Amino acid sequence: MAILKTEGLTYVYSAGTPFEKTAIDNINLCIEENCMIGVIGHTGSGKSTLIQHFNGLLQPTSGKIYLENRDIWEDKSKLRDVRFQVGLVFQYPEYQLFEETVFRDIAFGVKNMNLGESEIKTRVLETAQMLGIENNLLNRSPFALSGGQKRRVAIAGVMAMRPKILILDEPCAGLDPKGRNLMLNQIRDYQKKSKSTVLLVSHSMEDVAEFTEKLLVMSHAKLFCYEDTSLVFRRAEELQALGLKVPQIASVMQVLRKKGYHLPEDLYTVEQAKLAILELLRKR
Amino acid sequence: MLKDITLGQYFPVDSMIHKLDPRFKIINTMLFIIMLFSGNYFYNLIIGAVFVILVQILSKIPFKISIKSIKPILPILIFTAILNLVFIDSGETLWHWNFLKITEGGIYTSVFMIGRIILLILGSSLLTYTTSPILLTDAIEYLLSPLKKINFPVHEMAMMMSIALRFIPTLLEETDKIISAQKARGAMIDNGKLIDRVKAMIPILIPLFVSAFRRAEELATAMECRCYRGGEGRTRLRQLKATGKDYCSLMICSLFLIISVMLNFIIN
Ligand SMILES: Nc1ncnc2c1ncn2[C@@H]1O[C@H](COP(=O)(O)OP(=O)(O)OP(=O)(O)O)[C@@H](O)[C@H]1O
Ligand SMILES: [Mg+2]
Repeated sequence: MAILKTEGLTYVYSAGTPFEKTAIDNINLCIEENCMIGVIGHTGSGKSTLIQHFNGLLQPTSGKIYLENRDIWEDKSKLRDVRFQVGLVFQYPEYQLFEETVFRDIAFGVKNMNLGESEIKTRVLETAQMLGIENNLLNRSPFALSGGQKRRVAIAGVMAMRPKILILDEPCAGLDPKGRNLMLNQIRDYQKKSKSTVLLVSHSMEDVAEFTEKLLVMSHAKLFCYEDTSLVFRRAEELQALGLKVPQIASVMQVLRKKGYHLPEDLYTVEQAKLAILELLRKR
Repeated sequence: MLKDITLGQYFPVDSMIHKLDPRFKIINTMLFIIMLFSGNYFYNLIIGAVFVILVQILSKIPFKISIKSIKPILPILIFTAILNLVFIDSGETLWHWNFLKITEGGIYTSVFMIGRIILLILGSSLLTYTTSPILLTDAIEYLLSPLKKINFPVHEMAMMMSIALRFIPTLLEETDKIISAQKARGAMIDNGKLIDRVKAMIPILIPLFVSAFRRAEELATAMECRCYRGGEGRTRLRQLKATGKDYCSLMICSLFLIISVMLNFIIN
């Protein structure tokens, strides 16, 4: 079932000045429940602008956004509820920390929801555990943590609100490969457990190939496509024309196929490729 | 959005006025201000208005943009008008109530004052509309350089000004981002009681200060790495060069000033 729907969404920055810029142009989308979705597109294609519409931070220049079939701009006093239901984590979220302790920073969003003390506590502890924030860190100052730990605290702050849709803008930017993998695994576990929808903005095709079920591809302010991940990566040439790549392993498979090996079309993670090649070898 | 606030408000189009030497533009603006204050007659205002309209057209800045610069001073305008209206007591009394009275002189003065302030703002914002902040500080450094003789730190002042100007948009953008991020966590920023709103500033101000200090430190390190040692022996990337057009503009402005001053004598 669709949880979020957009109709002809268009946004223009600095309208009426010489700096005018259409950042997203006539976007029609229908986003399902309980799904892990990747958002990709070249730099400046409008990804960040698009996701800020989903929780009502930006008001569309024209077009509509429906959350569970209700126009979110219909009643402005309910916008705050929309933000609790659609959690948005910005790029480099560690720069938004401000509380005295990690615990209180994670609790900031939940407190704004007017929940009881005990509920706040359970949620914070649960989320911290899910993201691997150790208990002894909870009473430290967030400014005394490492970059990666700060990032986790900031993400936990939004996750703890238990939104129906969680949007993460490049959550892995600037992390080491091991840290990336851990973070993405934790995000996937969160998605599985909460049965919510997670939107993951990323520049890494490998990451979206491995961790997402569907892909939303933006190009020059327009929606290029919104399809199953495997279907998108079959269109390698089109993606390359957009300045995007397919995962490295998919390119390797493409070359092997050209050399006459009979490998299926939809291989785009290392794990799948390994199995397919082993299978091929066994048949010989 | 915060970023849309016109600050520095440089409006980049290609025009004659944009190309003038910024030092001359500053001097011309000063002459214009002197002109506005050179006499208390409506003639002086008319000359000022002619000047503003002329420069406005030459600079290709849309009138709409200029009108926007008046908006923030509306309260001051109204305040001035009311003070003059009520307190100036000359000429025929038109209306009175208890100790309040409105006289012909009061009306004349308040209209005159409003006109003068509007022209003042329109004229001086044309300077900032047509000159990029960096050029402006360069020009100020040149114009103030005689003060170096009395050990006034002209270069340091100019450097501070250009750094500040450079970082205003960056910090505004950052503020925008932080506000959005905290709003995404349900912070109440544009509604609620006064106390709540003041409290809501904390989640914005703390990250903003943290990042401003971080940036300051990074910039200081970067400048040190490039061996920055102050103004001593430093050459410039952008040399300011006066051309015939610049002297011409100075002459035209002086002419306007002279006419405005002369008119006073003629009327007297
Ligand atoms: N605050 C703003 N004011 C004016 N223009 C903006 C603003 N933010 C973004 N833009 C412009 O809108 C376009 C889309 O920007 P957006 O940030 O959505 O891209 P993006 O896909 O997130 O890029 P990236 O992958 O680099 O994060 C860009 O061309 C950008 O220059
Ligand atoms: Mg972005």
